[in-house]
Amino acid sequence: MLRKADLQNNTLLEMQRRMIRIRLFDERASKMVKRGYIPGTVHTSIGQEAQVVGACMALRKGDHITGNHRSHGHPIGMGSPLGPLMAELVGKATGVCRGKGGSLHLADYAHGSLGESGITGSSIPIAVGAGLSAQTLGEDRVAMCFFGDGAANQGVLYESMNLASAWKLPVIFLCENNHYALSTPAHTVTGGRIVDRAAGFGMPGVRVENGQDVLDVHEAVAEAAARGRRGDGPTLVEVMTYRFREHSEGLRINVDYRDTNERETWLARDPIQMHRAWLIAEGVATEAELDALADEIAQEVEDCVTFTMESPDPEPKVAFEDLYTDPYDMEAVQ
Amino acid sequence: MSVMTYIGAIGAAQQEAMIADERVIIIGEDVEANVYGTTGGGKQRAEKGDFVEQFGHRRIRNTPISEEAIVGAAIGAAMTGLRPIVDLSYSSFLYMAMDQLVNQAAKNRYMFGGQSSVPVVFRSAMFYGLNTGAHHSDRPYPMFMNVPGLKIIAPASASDAKGLLRQAIDSDDPVMSFEAVPLWGLKEEVDDTEYRIPFGKARIRREGSDVTVVGISGSLPLALKAAEAMAEEHGISCEVIDPRTLVPLDTATIVESVRKTGRLVLAEPAHRACGATAEIAATVAEEAQDALRAPIRRLTAPNMQIPFSPALEAQLYPTTEKIAAAIRQVAGLEKTAEERISA
Repeated sequence: MLRKADLQNNTLLEMQRRMIRIRLFDERASKMVKRGYIPGTVHTSIGQEAQVVGACMALRKGDHITGNHRSHGHPIGMGSPLGPLMAELVGKATGVCRGKGGSLHLADYAHGSLGESGITGSSIPIAVGAGLSAQTLGEDRVAMCFFGDGAANQGVLYESMNLASAWKLPVIFLCENNHYALSTPAHTVTGGRIVDRAAGFGMPGVRVENGQDVLDVHEAVAEAAARGRRGDGPTLVEVMTYRFREHSEGLRINVDYRDTNERETWLARDPIQMHRAWLIAEGVATEAELDALADEIAQEVEDCVTFTMESPDPEPKVAFEDLYTDPYDMEAVQ
Repeated sequence: MSVMTYIGAIGAAQQEAMIADERVIIIGEDVEANVYGTTGGGKQRAEKGDFVEQFGHRRIRNTPISEEAIVGAAIGAAMTGLRPIVDLSYSSFLYMAMDQLVNQAAKNRYMFGGQSSVPVVFRSAMFYGLNTGAHHSDRPYPMFMNVPGLKIIAPASASDAKGLLRQAIDSDDPVMSFEAVPLWGLKEEVDDTEYRIPFGKARIRREGSDVTVVGISGSLPLALKAAEAMAEEHGISCEVIDPRTLVPLDTATIVESVRKTGRLVLAEPAHRACGATAEIAATVAEEAQDALRAPIRRLTAPNMQIPFSPALEAQLYPTTEKIAAAIRQVAGLEKTAEERISA
């Protein structure tokens, strides 16, 4: 069984570090929405940290990911620094996308993040394309697209799975099944199990039942990545998880669409607490060391907020940049 | 130099680019068998699928009939090191991939603050006027002119097709190439060596002083014929301009011409509402209203779907005769002899 024996202690601790980073970053972002510092809204990955980090840490430097509206966790999972991400959420000049993407459209190329997408399912074929370039250029890399149980019912997923399978592309289709498409329970709008759809395209389908366990997720995705690198084509990995908060921050839905018992059961399976307990039980780290780690990250989040608030707004002319690779003719838009 | 057809020139540009740069790949439905005649490498419509022999299956690939995934995968591949050419065959099929074209290809570089470039070419053919019915006859380039982030070429001759497509493949931005099927067989002398035509530079196909005539895509050869007839029959001197690229659009050359002639006739095969000619007419009205000696005339397809029957379809597009009539009208010949311009 792949556990401590197969992973270095620093990897096991890095998992915890990245999960806490996502948690504290998103908690802070939620507060900043409430206080009006972040315009619009954000979708937090709180509760889904194991699913994100286990998947991202199964990749290597040079691999690519694409994502969706629940967007901050993915680049953080890939190791992005927090400052430019938070600055992007607020719309500052120092934002990772120069203030033009915002929460929904984060991308951090330096860390393999090719872009989150505000359109459900839309970034799936982009990852297939990253797999196509890897195969065509003979580069030893894989691409992974994150999408939810909602996007699992978009037709583009099936065009993409078919194409990736027909061409044996190194792609991982990672379904983040948090059981709800906004307020709609997945089972009420989904025929059969998502994971079973893999068989229809001649690719392996793996379901991680305990998606709150970062090691379980990591194991499944590492195997999928290895398959891709071997030239054996794509894999569908469905990870069962749960978002602890509302679909988006500030959203108030009067209908209680989630059962209280269900919610409490999942809240008790906090991925960060679970991995912490495991690290201590296995002797990877002490309580004191893990407390120190959490403090360190809390400070990092403070610093990223300070960085953000001290950053300037983008100059108005920036709105007219980056459309094309050649400079935009300003006269043409007057 | 050698004589090439319009479609042969497109194939020649693809072959040239494939030889020059290993990152260039071609994906699309039926490209391996060279069904549409642009992946055979011949100077005329080739019969043999020899791109496969020349470049191998990794670089020229048949795709499933999955436009959304094909276009999306090409975008992702372009963002990570390849320079794909996507052959979408009929331009009506672009709609299947609308989300990828509009939300990904056009927006990614901008949304991500310039982190990505998307060097991809989307080729599609406009099969209008050939009795292919409403699902195969679209000329949808104006829709895409309304999407910032895409560049659009619409060649009207073999030599322009080769040079513009080569420039498109070399471009680091997403380019849509709208190719007019009625022009596929058009032949002319084309430079065999590599050349590129910069975007945003209109081509003055015929110099003149009385009427400016702008022809887009398949309407350009009709405009040239009309101009020739008007010179012979009435001594009207027409300046015929082909914008060649619709994004960027060289309105400066058109405005300059209108300042000289004072009259403007525009022709294109797309629908009338918000067409390329509407954009040009608006720009001329904004910038050179004072120079106009007659109202601007536009020849377009009406805002009507395309019927199948040969007895119904042909009347919907601009023709040489309709363009000629519009030239006569703006030149005053449809009015009185006194109002005629001096030749």
